[in-house]
Amino acid sequence: MKTDDLIRSLAADDTPRLSLARALVYGFLPGMVLSLIFYALVIGPRPHLAELLPAPRILFKIAFPIAVFACAGPLALQLARPRGDPRPLVYVLIGLLVVLAAAVVIELLVLPPDLWRVRFIGHNARVCLVLIPLMSAAPLVGTLIALHRGAASNPGLAGAVAGLFAGAFGAALYATHCPDDSPLFVATWYSLAILIVMSVGALAGSRFLRW
Amino acid sequence: MRADRNSEWGSLLRAANSGDSLAYQRFLRELAPVLRAFVRRLLARTSSGSAEVEDIVQEVLLAIHLKRQTWIETAPVSPWVFTIARHKTIDALRRRGRHIDVPIDDFAESLAADNDEPNLAGVYIDRQLGTLPEVQRKVVQAIAVTGDSISEAAEKLTMTQGAVRVALHRGLAAIAARTAKGGGTV
Repeated sequence: MKTDDLIRSLAADDTPRLSLARALVYGFLPGMVLSLIFYALVIGPRPHLAELLPAPRILFKIAFPIAVFACAGPLALQLARPRGDPRPLVYVLIGLLVVLAAAVVIELLVLPPDLWRVRFIGHNARVCLVLIPLMSAAPLVGTLIALHRGAASNPGLAGAVAGLFAGAFGAALYATHCPDDSPLFVATWYSLAILIVMSVGALAGSRFLRW
Repeated sequence: MRADRNSEWGSLLRAANSGDSLAYQRFLRELAPVLRAFVRRLLARTSSGSAEVEDIVQEVLLAIHLKRQTWIETAPVSPWVFTIARHKTIDALRRRGRHIDVPIDDFAESLAADNDEPNLAGVYIDRQLGTLPEVQRKVVQAIAVTGDSISEAAEKLTMTQGAVRVALHRGLAAIAARTAKGGGTV
């Protein structure tokens, strides 16, 4: 085929284009709704959540994944654009990791050492490792479908960040159910659960986000 | 002239995004010789024929078309274009079992367009066309090779214009998807 002929057919294809940001919203929402339905029907919020909410540990455990979520979405979009600039958002993420580390240090300072182990292990580590990835699965699929419209230079990395985005959502949702409030627990088990989702995202992305 | 290129491509592509298909066609036509020079430059150290160069140019044009939504209207166009071009060129060479490691930033922006050679042809897309579902193949052929408009193609193939549009877009996307899966070595 002549290049000029190809160009003519490309110009004739006037299918309207969805912006990447909008595609991410449309892709994520159905997955989010599925997870919310699962949450409402199967696990639900912990008892007396509203009364407990002012406690700094509980506030932190819910707000932290929300902050990661808010950062990972735009970061995924930057990674899906040729010549996108992920750096500012990477700095924000590093900042969030510093905040998490600080929360762990403060917890170690205020908590008597004989409680460290108890708080770190918590009641529900295994449930956490199952429920966070479970509630992240559908949002991850939707996110990857949206990013498929993009052009990621590094598909595996874009997939991992999609996993961070979906995993942080799952973690924020799970945080309203989970009875373990210590930053020691959050920093270990929530992170591990999100890392699982990120690994799945990286693996899926390295295949599905190639273009 | 190079600085002009960015702003000229930018205004053409902005016009294209708001529905001006003539501006879009002009944008792609102006892009083609520059991409050709770019691909030739990257392939200079490999023994590649001109059909191979043209195949890669066409793959890049197809990718630019299908990934148009990844360009932000306020961003400069040519870094975006050359990033896609480099990605597709490296990808095409990898499929052929070769590697190149050439930094592009130092030459891409200063690249002059190769002489306009509108009749250069590739073989890759024709080969991919043969593997498309019949309707998509017929629509792409009618519009690309025969030069029909959407409405002419619709009349000839007794389809609605909407169906022709869908088949055209799906056909082009399918050709691109096949390369992304690593299929169809040339």
